[in-house]
Amino acid sequence: MAKNKQKPKINKPKKVLILGSGALKIGEAGEFDYSGSQCLKALKEEGIKTVLVNPNIATIQTSEGMADTVYFLPVTPYFVEKIIKKERPDAILLGFGGQTALNCGLELDAQGILKKYNVKVLGTSIKAIRLTEDRKLFSEFLKSIDVKTPKSRTATNIEQASQVAQKLGYPIMVRSGFALGGLGSGVARNQEGLKLLAAKALAYSKQILVEEYLHGWKEIEYEVVRDSKDNCITVCNMENFDPMGIHTGESIVVAPSQTLTNHEYHKLRQISIHVIRSLGIVGECNIQFAFDPHSEDYRVIEVNARLSRSSALASKATGYPLAFIAAKLALGYSLSELDNSITKKTKACFEPALDYVVLKIPRWDMQKFREVDTKIGSEMKSVGEVMAIGRKFEEVLQKALRMLSIGVEGLACNALQFDDLEHELENPTDRRIFAIAQAFKEGMPVDAIYALSRIDKWFLYKIKHIVDMEHNLKMYSLSKELLLKAKQLGFSDNQIALLKGKSELEIRQQRKQLGVMPFVRQIDTLGAEYPASTNYLYMTYNSGQHDALPLKQKAAIVLGSGAYRIGSSVEFDWCCVNAVLTLQQLGYKTIMINYNPETVSTDYDICDKLYFEELSLERVLDIYEYEQPSGVIVSMGGQIPNNIALKLHNQNVKIFGTSPVNIDRAEDRHKFSQLMDTLHIEQPAWKEVTTVEDAKRFAETVGYPLLVRPSYVLSGSAMSVVFEEKRLIEYIKKAADISREHPVVITKFIENAKEIEIDAVANKGALAAYAITEHIENAGVHSGDATLVLPAQRLYAETARKILDYSSKIAQSLQITGPFNMQFLAIDNDVKIIECNLRASRSFPFVSKVMKRNFIDIATKTMLGKPIPPFKNGKLSYVGVKAPQFSFTRLKGADPVLGVEMSSTGEVGCLGKDLNEAFLKAILAVGFRLPKKTVLLSTGPLKTKLHLLEACTHFKELGFTLLATEGTHKFLKEHRIPATRVYWPLDKKQPNVMQFLESGSVDLVINIPKSSEKIELDNDYIIRRMAIDRNIPLLTNEQITRQFAHALATVKPEQLEIKSWQEY
Amino acid sequence: MLDTSKAAQLVLDDGSVFPGISFGADKSVSGEVVFNTGMTGYPESFTDPSYRGQILVLTYPLIGNYGVPGIDKEHNLLKFFESDKVHIRALIISDYSNNHNHWNSRKSLAAWLQEHNIPALHGIDTRSLTQKLREKGVMLGKLVNGTDVRLEDPNKRNLVDEVSIERKQIYEAGKKRVLLIDCGVKYSIIRNLLARNVTVIRVPWDYDYSRERYDGIVISNGPGDPKMCKATIENVRQSIKEKIPILGICLGNQILALAAGANTYKLKYGHRSQNQPCIDLETGRCYITSQNHGYAVDTKSLGKDWKPWFVNANDNTNEGMRHKRLPFMSCQFHPEAYPGPVDTNFIFDRFLRMVK
Repeated sequence: MAKNKQKPKINKPKKVLILGSGALKIGEAGEFDYSGSQCLKALKEEGIKTVLVNPNIATIQTSEGMADTVYFLPVTPYFVEKIIKKERPDAILLGFGGQTALNCGLELDAQGILKKYNVKVLGTSIKAIRLTEDRKLFSEFLKSIDVKTPKSRTATNIEQASQVAQKLGYPIMVRSGFALGGLGSGVARNQEGLKLLAAKALAYSKQILVEEYLHGWKEIEYEVVRDSKDNCITVCNMENFDPMGIHTGESIVVAPSQTLTNHEYHKLRQISIHVIRSLGIVGECNIQFAFDPHSEDYRVIEVNARLSRSSALASKATGYPLAFIAAKLALGYSLSELDNSITKKTKACFEPALDYVVLKIPRWDMQKFREVDTKIGSEMKSVGEVMAIGRKFEEVLQKALRMLSIGVEGLACNALQFDDLEHELENPTDRRIFAIAQAFKEGMPVDAIYALSRIDKWFLYKIKHIVDMEHNLKMYSLSKELLLKAKQLGFSDNQIALLKGKSELEIRQQRKQLGVMPFVRQIDTLGAEYPASTNYLYMTYNSGQHDALPLKQKAAIVLGSGAYRIGSSVEFDWCCVNAVLTLQQLGYKTIMINYNPETVSTDYDICDKLYFEELSLERVLDIYEYEQPSGVIVSMGGQIPNNIALKLHNQNVKIFGTSPVNIDRAEDRHKFSQLMDTLHIEQPAWKEVTTVEDAKRFAETVGYPLLVRPSYVLSGSAMSVVFEEKRLIEYIKKAADISREHPVVITKFIENAKEIEIDAVANKGALAAYAITEHIENAGVHSGDATLVLPAQRLYAETARKILDYSSKIAQSLQITGPFNMQFLAIDNDVKIIECNLRASRSFPFVSKVMKRNFIDIATKTMLGKPIPPFKNGKLSYVGVKAPQFSFTRLKGADPVLGVEMSSTGEVGCLGKDLNEAFLKAILAVGFRLPKKTVLLSTGPLKTKLHLLEACTHFKELGFTLLATEGTHKFLKEHRIPATRVYWPLDKKQPNVMQFLESGSVDLVINIPKSSEKIELDNDYIIRRMAIDRNIPLLTNEQITRQFAHALATVKPEQLEIKSWQEY
Repeated sequence: MLDTSKAAQLVLDDGSVFPGISFGADKSVSGEVVFNTGMTGYPESFTDPSYRGQILVLTYPLIGNYGVPGIDKEHNLLKFFESDKVHIRALIISDYSNNHNHWNSRKSLAAWLQEHNIPALHGIDTRSLTQKLREKGVMLGKLVNGTDVRLEDPNKRNLVDEVSIERKQIYEAGKKRVLLIDCGVKYSIIRNLLARNVTVIRVPWDYDYSRERYDGIVISNGPGDPKMCKATIENVRQSIKEKIPILGICLGNQILALAAGANTYKLKYGHRSQNQPCIDLETGRCYITSQNHGYAVDTKSLGKDWKPWFVNANDNTNEGMRHKRLPFMSCQFHPEAYPGPVDTNFIFDRFLRMVK
């Protein structure tokens, strides 16, 4: 139709402000980099000027070529108002930066700021957003349009909550309004439990909801899109494998729904459309249902009037670019005016038909935290997710479990032990799925497993198929038929190898001889009804032919970073995407392999071919052999690709850049240590041990404290510092469980040292670019949790010289070509190396953006043997600070102290004219609130008390009221700093610290941990945990406290500069 | 462990062979091979009379998950089905769920197909098969389960005659009376009329209704080539002259077009899905529709008194038409849904507003 081809006329804004979501945190992660980036692309296409506020420096959306202007500043009304005043945008988008952006937008509206500066809200109106965000209004509104919601009442205090609960009957669900990821919600089984929950929920929100508990109901979601002309479609529906009671972010989710009949599917679809129309949503939104498994009764649980984690998943699951379309709809386009970007033939006004099944599994990192409760429920605790695509449920389940990279081989062939299987099935933890498999192995019937887990029997039967196949593989010889069936059920070569007592490569060989090969399939949004013009691909054995021809030309594969987890998140995605962009500039066709639905790298318009696939040796070889590209880049996706580099190399895969043999020399401690000896570079004393005796002997030689860890890990998993023999022995025993293959490494732990990092690129062994950053915290805090400063402000010239010298020597001897990162300890000018990674690191985006030199671009060029511009390490006239984002509020019980184990979930990077300014912006950007009146001090052992004396003086001079625990109080008194003494929580005496914390009269808690008596440890823990649960800012590190006090004394918050990245 | 199920195969007219495993009736059949991209609603689809003579390929791989419901009745119609019979000639899928689960299911899909003597295959690469049909167009094929059969073109038969009701039946529901020409009607069309308090007089496709008392006419959906329905076309031509309000659905759209002097043609591979976007040319609104047809109305052939009403946003084919002045309207998609989205349900209201 000629009419349709014309460019429709809309009233476009000239300049649009987009709010990002800030640092990655539990409940708000990489999915908003995806949605924000798509939004920017959509606006750019229209010639609209864009201003982005997002302190998350590691994102694609804050990269060059995305927004016209970027502010690395906190997404808070205070800063956003100043940016509006300066930039004068005519419109704002609130739906692309998660709950952070939405909350900020609501506040800007409430304060009249949007009106004052005449900024129009595009897309869904503020009024509609408010309706969806206020639980009471929402539930009343749905009632008015004849839509059912859970029976519930709101409460504003504990007493009221308890009355409502009485009326509705236990068990009962408690939720807090205005909270992302179900924060502060839970199930109460009696009045006592209710009081606890209600108190906690009320700490985050003025209003809570007490509602009927829909135990065992199915949980179903729809992603709905509506335009301003009232066209309304559901792009995808999804079914939770885990029934109600488990947050959808914590659930295994399948798309499309599997257990709904046509009538049920369309009943819920129709309600979705009815609700979304009535609310007047323009753009994209998500609606969640509880659905009775024994009738067609339903409840609407919630509507998210913005792009969400689910919409990112739905986008990747269907190939429908929800965020991109939502941005266009916000501008006023209608659905039928927009094209389907996969087929480029059909329209965006359609509902994708899948001819495959998609499964998402959350990735948890519970073992990283001390004291944490591992139960999963109505609050989010997971830090990332994976998505698998296939043509059988069994296949995607096994694929997805492997993708988690938690050391399991899929559902079968794992040696997980359960003390109480029934309890495990009924009270879900992150291991429930394995408990189900184990239950089948032990002969438990489907009905019994259902009765405990309430997981729909259809899913359970599928799990049983896998367990049955595991049995068959053990029992029968490996015929072609059996092998094919196993592969169709998602068994990896390695799983089969384990069952057959062979090696993975032997099975691979046998499989290829038998001609059992996977096929490349395409996501086309229309179930093959129309051909697709994009290469969004997966591999499956449930097929008979390939969709996409091999590239067989000048092409490069980039291996992605897998699930976001603690220690590896959006920063590696930034590296991968930037490598792809450079490869394209160099004239290479690009192939991306990754399986994380929250990423930009898995947008099919980033590369020539996207394989949404496993990053395993098996699958990478499958793809490599099929595509026959020029080579593979393994150094951008963090540790997962790094770990298979040598194996790929041994299979004659061409690896670009540093030779995998040299990567191994850096990864293998013995080889690396030898190299350091020959280069005369010092390392802290270390030893590999497998027995307690060896460990004790080493401890005697070098003395405590000691750092202990298993070898070959990223982000210090299961790392610990031990100060005494008892703990050392405990650790060695526990570590034996974690990794049987690799021994424990014990290193002398050096106290009071500075930690310095170098992020660099080398070309054939010569340094081609580098950045030296220093940590504010002393060594001992994991580098991922540390606050980084660039350029280093307090570094001796001699230390810097030594670091550069050592780095050059190492680059030369390992013949590094590409990115690398090293970490050093320095006491005075005594420098020791502690870490060397021949790959891009977490801080590459930070240093690239602060220095305005794209290190990944340089690295990619060196790896491809292309010329690079000369590197000048000129002086910067500003300072960048990278600060960690913690999610302790999410992790019930976790002790929020910093240590050698990484525990932060994200980061921000802010720029300032000096360290103090940049530091304040950075901590404000991770949600820190500056104290107004009262500071609670427990400053730890005498040494830190002394070190913090100046800080305490600053606090006094700033006019704060100081509360101090016993020792600190005494110390302050001796130094004539007035403070009120408060008793320890376990003292049970008044005035007690707990009463101040509970009443909300403390603005800042400074609690420096001590390493002495148990009771003091407990007291400290209670205070820290209370601060977290009551959402009171908390500092636990001496150096950070000093930096904070100094910054506060030097910079007035209102003087913080509002400068865009481009203006520095 | 070893599979006792039986190997069988689908053989297409072009000679290609798709081996699979039989899970339905133990017999061989021939038919026209078509694909449907809907992801749910197999009990409704399989009982849709429009599938008469067709071997149905489902592109969604996981089928049979929720079993098959019971034979409860409402208004003397099977409540959970679109007719009393399974009309597909055979079923071709990728992954059959041996174990189903649903509170309302009474049997497995396999048991139901066996009961209705319908053969079925799973383990087929339905994506490759669909791609072939997309590229080459629908073609004849046979499911060979032991004994071979000859390829037969069902479109050469009068399929409508095979599925239409044998004698008139009346469903009382109100004062307004609608004459329903049953060319293979889906029960949901009747249900939609009854729900609006309309008495339905359901008559055979070639029934001479000149003596019946009614206020409007609905021409139903049905299988095959509309040009086979000569008697219906003739009767409708008469009704147009009498200016009686008419609603045509699917095959009914084509019959109305033919009666109005327009032409129809066969599509390369038809529309069989639940996600076809159709634009209302009067409002610009876009609706997601459920479809099942292999023939279409040639928009260019519409007379000057007629105008296209809906157009397919993907391939611009005709999706409905209206008379410029008189109360005749039709749609190519299924406003009654089942399976599929119910967004265009309003068509029934629009029609009934015209009926006196």
